[in-house]
Amino acid sequence: MPVPIWLYITFFVLIVIDGLYCVLATYNLLRILIGLEILIKAVSFFIIACGAAAGRLALAQSIVITVIVIEVVVVVIGAGAILGFFRRYDSMSVRNTREMKG
Amino acid sequence: MSVMTILLILLVLASLWTATTFLLLRAAIGLALTSVMLAIIMYDLGAGLAAVIELSVCAGLISVVFVSVISLTQRKPFSDYFERRASRLRRFWPLPVILFVVGIGLSLVSAPVTPAAAPATPQPDVRTFLWSTRQLDLFGQILILLSGVFGVLVLFKRNEKGGE
Amino acid sequence: MTILLLFVPFAALLILNLLPRSVRLTAAVAAGAVLLTAEAVVAILLPFGLVDLAGLTPLTNALPFPLTVDALSSLVFLCAGLAGLTALSVCRSTMKSDRDGFIFVNLLLIALIGMNGIAMVRDLFSLYVFIEVTATSTFILIAIGRGRDAFEGLWKYLILSFMATVFMLTGVALLLLFTGDITLEAAATAFGQPGSLAWVALLLYFCGLFVKAGLVPFHGWLADAYTGAPAAVSTYMAGVVTKASGILALMRVAQSPLGSSPMIRELLLIVGTVSAVAGAFLALNQRNMKRMLAYSSVSQMGYIVLALGAGSRLAIVAAALHFFVHSISKAQLFTNAAAIEDRLGTMDMDQMGGLAARMPLTGASAAAATLSVAGLPPLAGFWTKLLIVLALWRSGAQVWAVIAILTSVLTLAYFLSLQRRVFFGTVADTWRAVKEAGPGLTIPAVALAVITIGVGLGFPFLLPLILGGGS
Repeated sequence: MPVPIWLYITFFVLIVIDGLYCVLATYNLLRILIGLEILIKAVSFFIIACGAAAGRLALAQSIVITVIVIEVVVVVIGAGAILGFFRRYDSMSVRNTREMKG
Repeated sequence: MSVMTILLILLVLASLWTATTFLLLRAAIGLALTSVMLAIIMYDLGAGLAAVIELSVCAGLISVVFVSVISLTQRKPFSDYFERRASRLRRFWPLPVILFVVGIGLSLVSAPVTPAAAPATPQPDVRTFLWSTRQLDLFGQILILLSGVFGVLVLFKRNEKGGE
Repeated sequence: MTILLLFVPFAALLILNLLPRSVRLTAAVAAGAVLLTAEAVVAILLPFGLVDLAGLTPLTNALPFPLTVDALSSLVFLCAGLAGLTALSVCRSTMKSDRDGFIFVNLLLIALIGMNGIAMVRDLFSLYVFIEVTATSTFILIAIGRGRDAFEGLWKYLILSFMATVFMLTGVALLLLFTGDITLEAAATAFGQPGSLAWVALLLYFCGLFVKAGLVPFHGWLADAYTGAPAAVSTYMAGVVTKASGILALMRVAQSPLGSSPMIRELLLIVGTVSAVAGAFLALNQRNMKRMLAYSSVSQMGYIVLALGAGSRLAIVAAALHFFVHSISKAQLFTNAAAIEDRLGTMDMDQMGGLAARMPLTGASAAAATLSVAGLPPLAGFWTKLLIVLALWRSGAQVWAVIAILTSVLTLAYFLSLQRRVFFGTVADTWRAVKEAGPGLTIPAVALAVITIGVGLGFPFLLPLILGGGS
């Protein structure tokens, strides 16, 4: 059964657009993190899809497992950064990150 | 309309809801939902181990992290609820439209994407593969987890005499 | 042998964390110093085949990691060792809290393992994993001490690092789709076949690397991260981390058959030039010293990539040498900035002035570094820039060579501005009582400056050695 790779690419692009939109069109730091999470999910899906198409699921799964672990740690760090922000400025607005202009 | 297509549409809908919903808590739940859909799709593609890890780690751990951060940074309900909601609607209504247009557009075109030929030797099971061939990645994961531990130590400690 | 570079720091890390609290910091600093010195020494001895640990074969056979060491690896080892030692020294002088210092050394070691990994891996996904190892440890390093702008720097770096992840992983996925394998050789083979779309995969992967290296248009995080981080961390980041994460992979690509393909060369030339020029322009208008140094890093990174775009062997050697020269010069300049920050408490250059008289060692070493990076003879930077321009000219990219020379003029301009504002002129009244910074901040600076001058003076003798040795 031929794997419908174009179908996967289409949906991958759709989810990427969704994630990008979420990152760009918000004022809230946490939402940016959520948007980035959506992007990573799109990529995880795409890796498995490509692995399935090329018949190399073992490699693809190993990659995705590693990526999930990495991503969890980075999200925790991101959440910590947001907490630090919040404690300093008492606001979650991304406008506060414009302070260091120059 | 195969099962896979339906699952994929549900995945996109879940991520769409996550991006556009107004309350942060709902967005976190939406993220967990997206993870669940993703896990189902991964299982259907044949990647059982990855699906399980995605489910437990992303739908579980990350949701816990998000919900705890949301609760730690929650303030009193804002007074300008309706203005914010309207502003959000204004900013986000193009998204479903774009998704629909791009989706229809891409499904009509088709680029010459030829996947690689199937491998000659039968592929080993992912568990043996992971532990025997990709040990370097495992070592990297351990290092990143260690960094994460230090991260928690540095970032989450209460600011007693925080550096200024 | 190669495994040792990964496991010895790891073992040190584990042991350090098991020690009792009282002796922790001293042990950590000692261990760090020893390991970093060993790293630098190994790097120098490796190309001459003096390091051969055949007795460790049983260990190597037990853990068959796919790692290789070549000339580029020893370049990274050397820079990591030197920059790490400098950062360690700055840390001892500037970080007051014991706990912060201990965490710093731990994260420094993790980043070191990460960079050793980057220098030695063979496939694109493991490269990504070790780039992330370096990145996550650097994230935390920026936030140590929770300084004023630390969180903002961390946040911007985090976001763009995430984007880099998305780029690189999409590239890996596409590569998996097209070739079923994720090594650079497989990518090169697929790229060579007519009608293949492998270039999309490679382009995406490169975009990820460009973000990591801080090249335009993905440079938005670099200035904030360098400025918001504590002094020791900026030294380490500018000295080696950013370069190793982004540029090393590009250098390996340039070495492989891919490096002579016109499309890749064009891409490297364009991105390199835009970064070099834009970075220089952005550096001109800065008030904050660290910020100017950060944009200068963007510009110099662009220079290295520009050199890689020439594609010839001379070009790669020139790029590698500029990598080294910039590494020690930037590490030293950030040490100078740390010294000034330690004594004056500010990084605002408009408030400084006449510091050459009050802080002679800092001033002299800063002068050496800035003139080196600007490309003045007989310092090391002059030779490497000359080589780059020569390599560009010879491989037919004459227009780019001219742009490189013009950018050198810009570099000189902003560095002279820095010198004028900080070191020359009359001493402001507020700083009249300022004295030279402590030995922890001046000795490394002077040592690195001596290396810069030494390499510059001895370059005509070193170059045939390096070219003959096969870089």
